[in-house]
Amino acid sequence: MALVTCRDASFSYEGNTAVSGLNFEVERGDYLCIVGENGSGKSTLIKGLLRLKTPLSGSVSMSNGLKANEIGYLPQQTAAQKDFPASAYEVILSGRLSRLGILPFYSRADKTAAEENMKRLSIENLRNRCYRELSGGQQQRVLLARALCATKKLLILDEPVAGLDPVITRELYSEIDKINREIGLTIIMVSHDIQSAAQYATHILHLRTEQVFFGTAAEYTASSVGARFLGGERR
Amino acid sequence: MIDIVAEMFSYAFLVRAIVVGLLVSLCAALLGVSLVLKRYSMIGDGLSHVGFGSLAIATAMNAAPLIVSIPVVVLTAFLLLRVSENSKIKGDAAIALISTSSMAIGVVTISLTTGMNTDVCNYMFGSILAMSRGDVSLSVALAVMVMTLFVLFYNKIFAVTFDENFARATGVNVGLYNMLIAFLTAITIVLGMRMMGAMLISSLITFPALTSMRVCKKFRTVTICSGFISVICFFVGVVISYLYATPTGASVVIMNIMAFLLFWAISSIAKIIKRRKNA
Repeated sequence: MALVTCRDASFSYEGNTAVSGLNFEVERGDYLCIVGENGSGKSTLIKGLLRLKTPLSGSVSMSNGLKANEIGYLPQQTAAQKDFPASAYEVILSGRLSRLGILPFYSRADKTAAEENMKRLSIENLRNRCYRELSGGQQQRVLLARALCATKKLLILDEPVAGLDPVITRELYSEIDKINREIGLTIIMVSHDIQSAAQYATHILHLRTEQVFFGTAAEYTASSVGARFLGGERR
Repeated sequence: MIDIVAEMFSYAFLVRAIVVGLLVSLCAALLGVSLVLKRYSMIGDGLSHVGFGSLAIATAMNAAPLIVSIPVVVLTAFLLLRVSENSKIKGDAAIALISTSSMAIGVVTISLTTGMNTDVCNYMFGSILAMSRGDVSLSVALAVMVMTLFVLFYNKIFAVTFDENFARATGVNVGLYNMLIAFLTAITIVLGMRMMGAMLISSLITFPALTSMRVCKKFRTVTICSGFISVICFFVGVVISYLYATPTGASVVIMNIMAFLLFWAISSIAKIIKRRKNA
C-alpha cells in the first residue's frame, strides 16, 4: 500500500474551495514535488497532509503505521522566529519532542539523534550559535535537521529555498536529494522552482486550484502542461 | 545595608510579603520569556485588570480574595487564548475590551459598597500589607506548583513557543500546552497582583524576559537569567520602598527599568566592540 493516498480530496480555506480533485499516491522512497502558481492550493494541501486540515470531501489516508509523530516538517519561517533567542542545538533537539510523550526531559538517544543530524548536514559548528544570528541558509539547515529528528519515514517541506541565494539553494537541494537517496526518506516538497523540481523529484504534482498533472518527472517534462510551465519559467 | 535588611526581617508582615513576592517574581519571569516571544505580553496586562474586577467583587461579597479571583482569571486566560487564536475580533482588541470592562465593573462595585477609598488605590498600585497568614501559605503552595510544572514542561513550552506549526504537525498537543501556559500565567498574576498592583503586575512578566534577551543567546540562559534579574529587582525594589516609603510595586518596576537599561547598554557596547574587531 502507498504511504500517502489522496482520493478525490478537496480542501477549503475560509469557506472557499482552495483546491479540489486531488488523486495521487506517494510510495515509500518517492520524491514528490508539488508545483503551481501562488494561490493554487499548495500550502493548503500541505496542511491537509499534515492533518492540520480535514478534507472537505474525499479522503487523505496514510498507510498503516504512519503516525503524526513520524512525519518531519520544514515549515515556512514565521516573523516571530527571526528574533528568537535559542541556540541551534536547542531548536534541533526540539524535533524529538513528539517522541517524549509524557516524559518531561530528553533522553540520551534523543541527544544522540540531534548530534547525528547536525553531522549529516555539517552544521556541528553552529551548535551553540544563536538562531537569530544565523544566515538564511544556515537557519534552513537547522530547521531541516530538526525535521530529520522528527521523522524516519516522511519529510514534508514547504518552500525550503524561498529567499535563498542560488549557491545556497543548490546546496540545500543536493542535501535533500541525498536524504532521499541515502536514508530512503519519502519527500514531499512544495516549490516554486520548477527547474530543480524536474531535475531532482521522481514525481510531480501540478496544481491550479485543482489537480492539473500528476505523474513522474519524465512524463511531466514531456507533457503539454509541463512543457509550457518549464518553458515559461526559462523565459 | 545589612542592618536595614535585618531590621526589615524583624517585621513578620514584611517577611511574608518578601517570601511571596520573590516566588511570584520568579514564576512571572519564567513564564514571561514564553509569553513575550509568543507575542502574548498583553494577555498578562488584560488578566491583571480582570483580577482587579474580581478582587473588588470578592471584597464586596466578603469572600476570600484569592479563592474568587483565581478561577475567574484562569477562565479569562483560556478565553483570551481562544480569542487570540481564532476570532473575528483580533486578539489585542479583545484584550482591550475585556480589561477595560472588568476595570469599570470593579470600580463601580467598590464605589457602591465601600466607597472610593484607599482600598482602590491599594488594588491599583499594590500594598505590601496585603498578605495575611492564610494568603501566604496558599501563595507559596501555588507558586511552587507553577515552578514545578514549568520545569516539567520546559521542553514542551520551548517547542510550542518556537514553532507552533511544527509542533502541531509532528503530533504535539499544542492546544494543551498553550492552555497550560495561560493557566500558570493566570495564577501568577493573581498571586502577585495585590502586592504589585493591578496596573503594574504585568511588568513582572515582560521586563525580566526583555532584559535578559538583550544579552543572552540561548533559550535556557534567557530563562535562567530572567529569573535571577526578576528576583534581584524585586528584592532591591522592596528595600528601596522600605527606606524611602515609596509604593512597593512601583519601586520594583523602577528597578526593572534600570536593569533593562543596564543590559541594553551592555549589549550595545558589546556590539560596538565586536564591530571594531571585525573591521
